[in-house]
Formats: sequence, C-alpha cells, structure tokens
Amino acid sequence: MKRRDVLFAAMALFVLWQAAAMIVDLPILPPPLEVLGVFFRELHRDMLIHFAVSLWRVTAGMALSVLVAAPAGLAIGGSRKLNRFFSPFIYLLYPIPKVVLVPVVILFLGIGDVAKIAILFLILFFQILVLVRDQASGLAPQLIQSLRSLGAGRRALFRFVYLPASLPAILTALRQSIGTAVAVLYITELSATKYGLGYYIYYKGSTLLDYPAMYAGVIAMSLLGLGMYFSVDWLERKWCSWKFVS
Amino acid sequence: MISIRSIDFAYSSLPLLFKEFSLEISRGETWAILGPSGCGKTTLLYLLAGLRFPTAGGIEIDGQRLARPRPHSGLILQDYGLLPWSTVRENVELGLRLRKFYGADGTHAPRNFQPKSNVDHWLERLGIDMVADKYPSQLSGGQRQRTAIARTLALEPDLLLMDEPFSSLDAVTREGLQNLTLSLCAENQLTLVVVTHAIEEAVILGRKILLLDEAPTRTARVFENPAAGTDGHAGGKRYQELCNLLRREMQHEAA
Repeated sequence: MKRRDVLFAAMALFVLWQAAAMIVDLPILPPPLEVLGVFFRELHRDMLIHFAVSLWRVTAGMALSVLVAAPAGLAIGGSRKLNRFFSPFIYLLYPIPKVVLVPVVILFLGIGDVAKIAILFLILFFQILVLVRDQASGLAPQLIQSLRSLGAGRRALFRFVYLPASLPAILTALRQSIGTAVAVLYITELSATKYGLGYYIYYKGSTLLDYPAMYAGVIAMSLLGLGMYFSVDWLERKWCSWKFVS
Repeated sequence: MISIRSIDFAYSSLPLLFKEFSLEISRGETWAILGPSGCGKTTLLYLLAGLRFPTAGGIEIDGQRLARPRPHSGLILQDYGLLPWSTVRENVELGLRLRKFYGADGTHAPRNFQPKSNVDHWLERLGIDMVADKYPSQLSGGQRQRTAIARTLALEPDLLLMDEPFSSLDAVTREGLQNLTLSLCAENQLTLVVVTHAIEEAVILGRKILLLDEAPTRTARVFENPAAGTDGHAGGKRYQELCNLLRREMQHEAA
C-alpha cells in the first residue's frame, strides 16, 4: 500500500464528510475543517498524553500477545501430539467474545493499565496462536526432512525453519488484529481511567458535548491504527523481504 | 560401505514394503534405484538417510548401525528442500550454520568438524555464484537443484542420496545436471544412490541399477552397467540394450 494512495483516500473521505456535514447541518456532525482545527489545537493541550497512553496500552498488549502466542503456536504446530491435545481447548476458548470479560478482568486485576493490557492480550493471543499454529503445522514435510538430513534436531528446526516460516503469519495476525485491538482499546478506556483516547472521545462527546473535540479524538485514534498498520508493513518488508521479490 | 541386512519395513497399518531385504553397496559406486510408483524407492532412500528405520533387521554404514541421520551423508530431495526465505548463499551455508549451531558433537556434526566456510568454492563450482543473492523463487528449476547440490556438497559428504532430483527439469538442463553429478561424484570420491522412475536416467547415472518390484521387495535385482558415466555411453548400443531390458522387466512386472 502506497502512502500517496492513503492520502488520496483520506482526502476523498474528508470530501464525503464535508458533504454529509452540509446536508445534516447539526452540531453532532461538524465539518472536517473545523475538526482539523480543533485537532491541531488539542495537540498542543492534552491530546498527546492521551495518544501516548493509548499507544502504550495497545503496543504492550500486542507485544505481550506475540511474545506468548507465537512460541506457543510454534510449539503446538510443530508437534502432532501437542496439537492433538491443545486444539480442542483452543476451539472452545477462541470463539468466546473476550470483551464480555472486561468487568471480570477489572475485578481481578484492578483498574490500572494491567487490566486493560490483559483484555487486549486475551483477544489477540488466540488470533496469533491459531495463525502461527496453522503455519507451523502446514510446513512441507520435505522441507523438514531435508533439514533433518543436514543434521537439524528439534532446536535447530525451530530456529531455522519454524520461526522464519511463521514470521509472515505473526505479522498477518498482527495486521488482522489492529482493527480489533483499537476497538477493544476504546472499550477498555471507557471506564476506570482518566487517560487514553477512548476516555478522551467519550468524555468530550458524552459529557462535555464538545463534538469537534470528540471527532478530533476519533481522528487521533484512526491515526494510531494507521501508524500501527504502517509499522507492521515496515516490519514485513524488513523481515520478510523474500515475499516481495519477483 | 553400506550393508542392508535382512530388513523389514512398513508404514504403520500399511502392507510391508520390504521383507528380509538385503543389499551391499561399496564405497565409490554409483547406484540407481528404479521401480514403479509405490514400490518403496524413496522409502529405501529415507532408510539409508537415517530418517526412517526398519522394523526388523538393520542398516550399517561404515560398520556403524544407522540410528539417526549421519553427518557424512547428504540427501537431496525431489523438490530441493530449499528455505524460501533464504538467499542462495544462505541456503548453501545452511548445513554449515546448523553444524556451528550444535558444535562438533559427533551427532549433528562430525567430531572433527572445523567451522570453515567453503561456500564460495561450491557456489562457483555449481555455477550459481551469479545468483548468490537471489531467493529460490527467483531461480530456474536447474539453478534451484544446483543450489541444493551445493548445500549438500559444502558439508563434504562421502555418500550422496538423491530422490528423483531431475524429474521436474527440461531435457537439456537434466542432461547437464546428470553429467555434473557424475563429475562431482568422481572428483570427490562420492558414493551415489539416486532414486528415479526414468529408465534412461537410471542407465545414465547408475553403474549398478537396483530394480524394485511390486512391494514387498524380498530380493535385490541388480543390473550391472559398468559403462555408466563414460564418454559416449548415453545413446550407445549397450545403453539402448539395457534400457530395453529394464523396460521389458518393468512391463513384465506390471502385467
């Protein structure tokens, strides 16, 4: 995806937004130029802090998920026995909508960042686990046999085959999770915090009825997601350059 | 060098592929294993590679009972087994990196293993130094197979095991690689065991040709082909006669 294309898409959306604002003509849908003005004004106030807090929570949740789910997925996908044992548990737990557990997690982990990061972790963990497991278990047996004939044991197979083979799956899982992660971030920041873009949007929109500031928060949240998409794309080009050759 | 002693082998819950099967292979010989699909050609190669184990009897190489892949044996598979995320150079280095990873433990790498790189030599010898920084997906079939051969030879094996290595290549590339394989075996005093379903390839490569019948194989039917690898052999009278003989034998078996 080219940055220029994203810029054009953003401009097209702003035009549509402008048209909708002119048609609706109500304070609840302010025109984009007014919102952009508020956005840059708010950047000089406290929005950057809310942005940074949200960025930290979502990055920590995603990093923790990768650090736990990727090795677990590799281990389960690389062993037929482990796969047979764990798959039923994964299939039972994966479809549970983890968002419903927000009150339970807050009850156990308190109202700080730990609970919010834990919710993100719970949701992303299964997505990454399943994708990495499928990638690891789907490797061609000839590739494994050929490496074993060169002297590779289990440890070397993980280092030289399973891990690099699963990197694209990890990044795909991350890319697919960004939308969910940002949505869940908003939900976790609705309560028990005074920082974060979720709190900012809710507070400005529902409490102060300051709609331009609320939309400025929405723009900040979409920029957060966009930045994460670009980061994953950058990592993919850096670590999986073999996928981009022709 | 290789003693296959009265082995039985079957994949779990499938019929026997080998029953009390024995075979002796001497150092420096070139063997082709020929037979119909499902007769156990590739399985025999996996048994020699130490990737599968007989259910009865045993295989010894240089007097050592084979219990795992042997550091001095090199295996080249039909689809090359190259890592798609590694360049040609990294793929050729792979065996050496694996040995460095474990160190000279005598199990994964020979006890006398010295971590020196001869990768440049093999890239040049196999004619793939120009594509050293390319990925396997950017190579032709012939270049991929040359990479797989270079990777195996970089480990300085004494036994080369090949599973239908040239089956997916065009005729000219195949011929070039068959000649190259024979020259490399002669240069490096390698013992070669190559599995093929093509009668012509067996007669070009194997000074001895093992013809496997329908499973289970009990006795080794070996055809002598001493002229293999000599100039003017391919296409000559004796070559044609042996091809015809093997074809008749295989048709007779299939009938």
